[in-house]
Amino acid sequence: MNQRHSLSVRLWHWINAAALIILFMSGLNISNAHRYLYWGDYGFDPADAWTSVMRFPGWSTLPQYYDLAAARDWHSLGAWLFSVPLLAMWIVMLVNGHFWRDIRASRKEWRIGSLRDEVAAHLRGKFGLLQSGYNGLQKIAYGVVYAVLLPMMIFTGLAISPGFEPAAPWLVDILGGRQSARSLHFIFAWAVFGFFVIHVAMVLLSHPLKRLAGMVTGGRDKESGFD
Amino acid sequence: MTDIKRRSMLAGLAALGTGACAKIANSDTGQSWFDAAEDWHRIAQRTLAGRQRLAPEFARDDVSPDFKGNGSLTVDTPAYRADRESGFAAWRLLVGGLVEQPLSLSMDDLRAMPQRTQVTRHDCVEGWSAIGEWTGPQLSLLLDSARVKRDANFIVFRCADNLYGRDYYESVDMVDAYHPQTIIAHLLNGQPIPEKNGAPLRMRIERQLGYKHAKYLTGIEAVADLSDIGDGKGGFWEDFGNYQWYAGI
Repeated sequence: MNQRHSLSVRLWHWINAAALIILFMSGLNISNAHRYLYWGDYGFDPADAWTSVMRFPGWSTLPQYYDLAAARDWHSLGAWLFSVPLLAMWIVMLVNGHFWRDIRASRKEWRIGSLRDEVAAHLRGKFGLLQSGYNGLQKIAYGVVYAVLLPMMIFTGLAISPGFEPAAPWLVDILGGRQSARSLHFIFAWAVFGFFVIHVAMVLLSHPLKRLAGMVTGGRDKESGFD
Repeated sequence: MTDIKRRSMLAGLAALGTGACAKIANSDTGQSWFDAAEDWHRIAQRTLAGRQRLAPEFARDDVSPDFKGNGSLTVDTPAYRADRESGFAAWRLLVGGLVEQPLSLSMDDLRAMPQRTQVTRHDCVEGWSAIGEWTGPQLSLLLDSARVKRDANFIVFRCADNLYGRDYYESVDMVDAYHPQTIIAHLLNGQPIPEKNGAPLRMRIERQLGYKHAKYLTGIEAVADLSDIGDGKGGFWEDFGNYQWYAGI
């Protein structure tokens, strides 16, 4: 990638990284309180669950021992750290053009043939070198995270909250009821985690220190030969 | 070599992160952040939903096949067992504290008042939900006939059950106390409330989580502040487990 990362991207990236780590790890602690997921409005009997999830070990949770109250404290705080910057980032990138210019994939990049070529290139270990800016797969991945996965974390989270529900009961309805919303919250959290794993893997496979430095300092200009 | 370095660096960062989190959580600053986040959620929810907007109500057909009991499942005293045997004929609900006219109400008194019936979903802090039909007088009716004084800011619910050696209690502010769905339920699905669900009386605070819905209710008290009650955090789970007092999240 030859472009510099703008200050807004860098700031949001690291705030969001911290927020997601707090939310994910405290979320695993909360999950341990009732490890069964249901569809519909209600659900309390493990016999009615569509799945039971593992008990997440202490090292993966926040805090590192089971404490529902403390985990909820972190989760409630993390929710603000996550949602307010995400909203701000959406406004900034729509206004300054980052979304339209760098993230929106072109019609060509959405074509099956083009996607197949990019996947093949990625599998051969060639990525980030095809063109300046993000490649098609990257644009689509970032776009899906920005527009679907992260907002869905907020919407499903709000739908679980009994104090929010009177403000927008339709939100709970379109998600299929509170227990469905809770199941979706869990599923989307793991989708975000899946993105996180791939994202970190791609960084580690492509000049990790330069990439890391780029997301901190903004990276160097084209002329100075970054990448 | 670099791999090992990288891995130990990541492990170090992770340890630093979680260690830092523990430090933050245990500090006064950390607690004040958590309290602020809780306040913002409450203010945001009240602003978006308004003070009086109702929690969704369901059809009678939607009630769940059972209504899970959690926390205290009975009151383990001979007096309670005797009350239960007599159909709670001698049960009294006291209304006191900062009121002009303290009340002592029998089950018949409560049944003689105007009743509200609502089919609502009960959400436990653990994550599960059950749906039930609850019937009883609105708390606002009792507060109006006891004439709550102006300096009262909270309503405290006193309970007969004792968990881990502490008497259960809960509290809400005046917004939730006067909310139309805040009722003193004596029927669940048209029957007297089962023992595990809080017989003979249970609060319904429909826009908050289950631990606010005090069971085995014996008293309602209007107070100016919560600091003199229990450990001062406004409820059993708030005192015992540091749970959030505002349970709308």
